[in-house]
Amino acid sequence: MNSTLLFTVLTLVVVGVVAAILLWFVARMFKVEEDPRIDVVEKMLPGANCGGCGYAGCRAMAEALVLHDDISDLYCPVGGGDTMKSVADYLGKAAPEKEPCTATVRCGGICAKRAHTNNYDGAASCAVASSLYVGETGCAFGCLGYGDCVTACAFDAIKVNPETGLAEVDAEKCTACGACVKACPKGLIELRKKWPKGRAVYVSCRSKDKGAVVMKACKAGCIGCGKCVKACAFEAITLENNLAYIDSTKCRLCRKCVNECPTGAITLKGMEPLPKEPKEPKAAAQTNAQ
Amino acid sequence: MANKFFVSPSPHIHSPQSTRKIMGDVIIALLPALCVSTVLYGWHVLSITAIAVASCMLFEYLIQKFMIKGPLTVFNLSAAVTGILLAFNLPAGIPFWIVIIGAFVAIAVGKMTFGGLGKNPFNPALVGRVFLLLSYPAQMTDFSSVKPIMSGYVDVFSGATPLAAAKYAEGFNYSSADSLLRMLCGAVSGSFGEVAALALLLGFVYLLWQKVITWHIPVSVLGTMALFGFVVALTRGGDSSLLWSFPLFHLLAGGAILGAVYMATDYSTSPMTHCGMIVYGIGIGIITMCIRLWGAYPEGMSFAILIMNSTVPLINKYIKPKRFGVK
Amino acid sequence: MKTFPIGGVHPSDEKRWSRESAIEVMPLPAMVSIPLGQHIGAPATAVVAKGDRVLTGQLIAEASGFMSANIHSPVSGTVKAVEALPNAQGLRQPMIVIERDGDEWAEGIDLSPELKKECTLTSAEIIEKIKAAGIVGMGGATFPTHVKLSVPPGKKAEFLIINGVECEPYLTSDYRTMMEHGDRLMAGVKILMQALQVDKALIGVENNKPDAIAHLRGIAAEYEGIKVVPLKTRYPQGGEKQLIAALTGRQVPPPPALPIDVGAVVCNASTTVAVYEAVQKNKPLIERVVTVTGKNIASPKNLLTRMGTPVSSLIEAAGGLPEGDVKVLNGGPMMGRAMVNLDSPVTKGCSGITVISGAEAQRVCENECIKCAKCVSVCPMGLEPYLLSKLSKRKAWDLAESGHITDCIECGSCQYTCPAGLPLLDYVRLGKQTVMGIIRARAAAKK
Repeated sequence: MNSTLLFTVLTLVVVGVVAAILLWFVARMFKVEEDPRIDVVEKMLPGANCGGCGYAGCRAMAEALVLHDDISDLYCPVGGGDTMKSVADYLGKAAPEKEPCTATVRCGGICAKRAHTNNYDGAASCAVASSLYVGETGCAFGCLGYGDCVTACAFDAIKVNPETGLAEVDAEKCTACGACVKACPKGLIELRKKWPKGRAVYVSCRSKDKGAVVMKACKAGCIGCGKCVKACAFEAITLENNLAYIDSTKCRLCRKCVNECPTGAITLKGMEPLPKEPKEPKAAAQTNAQ
Repeated sequence: MANKFFVSPSPHIHSPQSTRKIMGDVIIALLPALCVSTVLYGWHVLSITAIAVASCMLFEYLIQKFMIKGPLTVFNLSAAVTGILLAFNLPAGIPFWIVIIGAFVAIAVGKMTFGGLGKNPFNPALVGRVFLLLSYPAQMTDFSSVKPIMSGYVDVFSGATPLAAAKYAEGFNYSSADSLLRMLCGAVSGSFGEVAALALLLGFVYLLWQKVITWHIPVSVLGTMALFGFVVALTRGGDSSLLWSFPLFHLLAGGAILGAVYMATDYSTSPMTHCGMIVYGIGIGIITMCIRLWGAYPEGMSFAILIMNSTVPLINKYIKPKRFGVK
Repeated sequence: MKTFPIGGVHPSDEKRWSRESAIEVMPLPAMVSIPLGQHIGAPATAVVAKGDRVLTGQLIAEASGFMSANIHSPVSGTVKAVEALPNAQGLRQPMIVIERDGDEWAEGIDLSPELKKECTLTSAEIIEKIKAAGIVGMGGATFPTHVKLSVPPGKKAEFLIINGVECEPYLTSDYRTMMEHGDRLMAGVKILMQALQVDKALIGVENNKPDAIAHLRGIAAEYEGIKVVPLKTRYPQGGEKQLIAALTGRQVPPPPALPIDVGAVVCNASTTVAVYEAVQKNKPLIERVVTVTGKNIASPKNLLTRMGTPVSSLIEAAGGLPEGDVKVLNGGPMMGRAMVNLDSPVTKGCSGITVISGAEAQRVCENECIKCAKCVSVCPMGLEPYLLSKLSKRKAWDLAESGHITDCIECGSCQYTCPAGLPLLDYVRLGKQTVMGIIRARAAAKK
């Protein structure tokens, strides 16, 4: 009995020791030399592996940050300026700077303003629907609402609102990783400069159709009238292919354009619109100037 | 306009097939065997089947309702099929509470933990059955408490199963025409759903006709078993009648037909290509025969199917369909 | 009986609705709109401008490259506009709009009904005439016919294959053409054989059209080297690769290989009749037979229609749309495209307008994949649709490419058969388009 116990214990000990020695040798033989800083940098990154930086994941980004001498091209949109600064400080390199951005869905064609002409019955995917046909409404440029951006978002920051039928971004959760921008087959989503308190002014339409065609399909579309371009004092608005665009880096949120727009295609968020009264004389003055 | 326009990518028509219809067909295919078993073993068979089906469906419903919170799939009848197959793998005299435990393991552990229909790697009914076999070996191999309708055959039904007899009895006579005939008709001891060989084969023909399954898996499983049996009979030498009766005995005995036609062909746990199906079937045949002849258990079908289930992802990865235009 | 080697499905053929309706001439519309892109390849370039008077059969848009096709005016009248208008899918596409004032034909077009069998032209001259007439594949793929007939150097055509299969359910336009214009078809076959310099032609017809087989055999007896081959009815037999395999036993290797690599050139039956008209009568491709059909269509018809006629007027001619839920298809139910704009014009590739109504207008509901492997066994290209669909959904383009997603012919057999009602082809098609884009980008980067 005793000897059985002894042999069992001995065998186990011998097996354990042999295995330990083997493992030690294997670990020595196959050791990969790696810059220890990569691990540290990786820990500093958010760890979302969203790919917003252009690398396959946070590990790959950390490697690039450590290996590249100039890291001004590398930017983690999720971690933002603070993360990049701490990484740069740790590595002793110059921190890249970028203004914080937020994803913006540029379509205002809510169900009430954009009549449905048919019922889409295919796979619930914007990419599939948009490669098939114009969509459930007459507008070939607007939000389809099947949520390809929702699937792409790793941060639960974008949702399709069933009431409006449009994708909506939660600016609090959005990290501007750009995954939704790539996922949208209509190219509706843009990373725009993030103002405090969720303030924003943008043209919520991407239709390059002529004004009459836009009006027929959607009551909230940009008809390319150009009134906003004239109203802007900062040259932030351009008109191309019957479509106005507000450059978020030039826009100062003066809100003059918002009241000018005849279809309400310029969306204002987080702020009260300018009072209506002062608009009239100014608009009149402009027509006079012409 | 009075019209409501629909738009979708092609194709715009659909075959009359649906998951529910397929599961319904499997149930129809199993009905002849259930009838034969009821006639042979008594009404108890129907109550066990009913309890197994009801508890499988109930467990699936409860899990989907309160744990997974996904869409309810209980009405596509897949749980009912699992219930019938589980019941078919039990002896007719089994206590009801064991049936319920088996149904719980089959559905909760074997199916829903992996995400439900189509995602389970192992055949749920077999997971339930093997769990019961290992946990309640006495009840699972006790065939003595049945009350057959044909009272003259009480000894036959309550005795050892043919496989157990062949394994443990000295000088077993494989080529007894009477016993082979009785095995064909189901007048032998065993789990109540596996004995009615002829009725099960009738169901197989129905499944083939309805295109629910293809011939590949059942034929390769049974063919391999027959060939294996033939080779073993050759090596054993002796009586030349053994050459045909030994393979035939193994095809008819135990759950060979039930397993090959109804369990091994379970969609989500079998390969996707015809070629892969044949490899899988051959594997099941060989393992079954090895367990039957040299293993600790008299019957090996359940274990063989579960073992080959685990190789399905590998088979799917390496055995691809023949691509058009490539030699 | 012959058929293709792997996969395939048996949808109910539903040809009974329109198969007995003889071809009727559709009245000319008051206004036609002619898209510049009615074919695979570069859209044609308009050679007329607003205000121009044009005659029936006059060239109004010119092929803008080798892989393109000429377009002719289907009516005589005045060009009202050359502008982007919504097509059948509601997407804007450049079109020439002509207001009709009559039907005054351009000079040089022979409108006599006599059959003209003899053709003394050389191969190059025939191809030139086909190119001038703007003929494209009329089965739906709209591949320019002159490109098909121009055998690349180093390759040799051995067979001409005429596609009289019409495997799409509902459609009967090819069937009616074969029955009523069999003599022109055969003359067209002879011309195509002369163009390709081959002495063998096989006409494949499925055995659900036994009268067409008998009729064509009767006419083929007058010609040498033309054989009508009955085929076992099975979808997608009309696929080019499937048809070649069914008739000759040869399998076209995966892309970029083409039918000519196995010595075959395939031409649709209606296209062959159009070739005859173009070569012997100088008549450009300005009209075609369109089947207007559906289970709830009052009087399904086969209409000889000028290009540019609005689809809505064809549906009116057949008795109008049924009430309730409908899905209007340009083509048949397996590969046709659903339409949203019924005012869009009939084009060269429009073989039929199928109206699916009632409960069938909506797809069956989607469930979980049960891994039944039916999609794998019906795929005529030997692919794994369940896997490719899942890979596309997850955007795993590299894995989809190694799973040969680009082999897919988009026949829809997988989705048709799927008991779980999954939109398999929707995703596979998306994946195929994306992967082909990636492959093209890679090739461009190499150069």
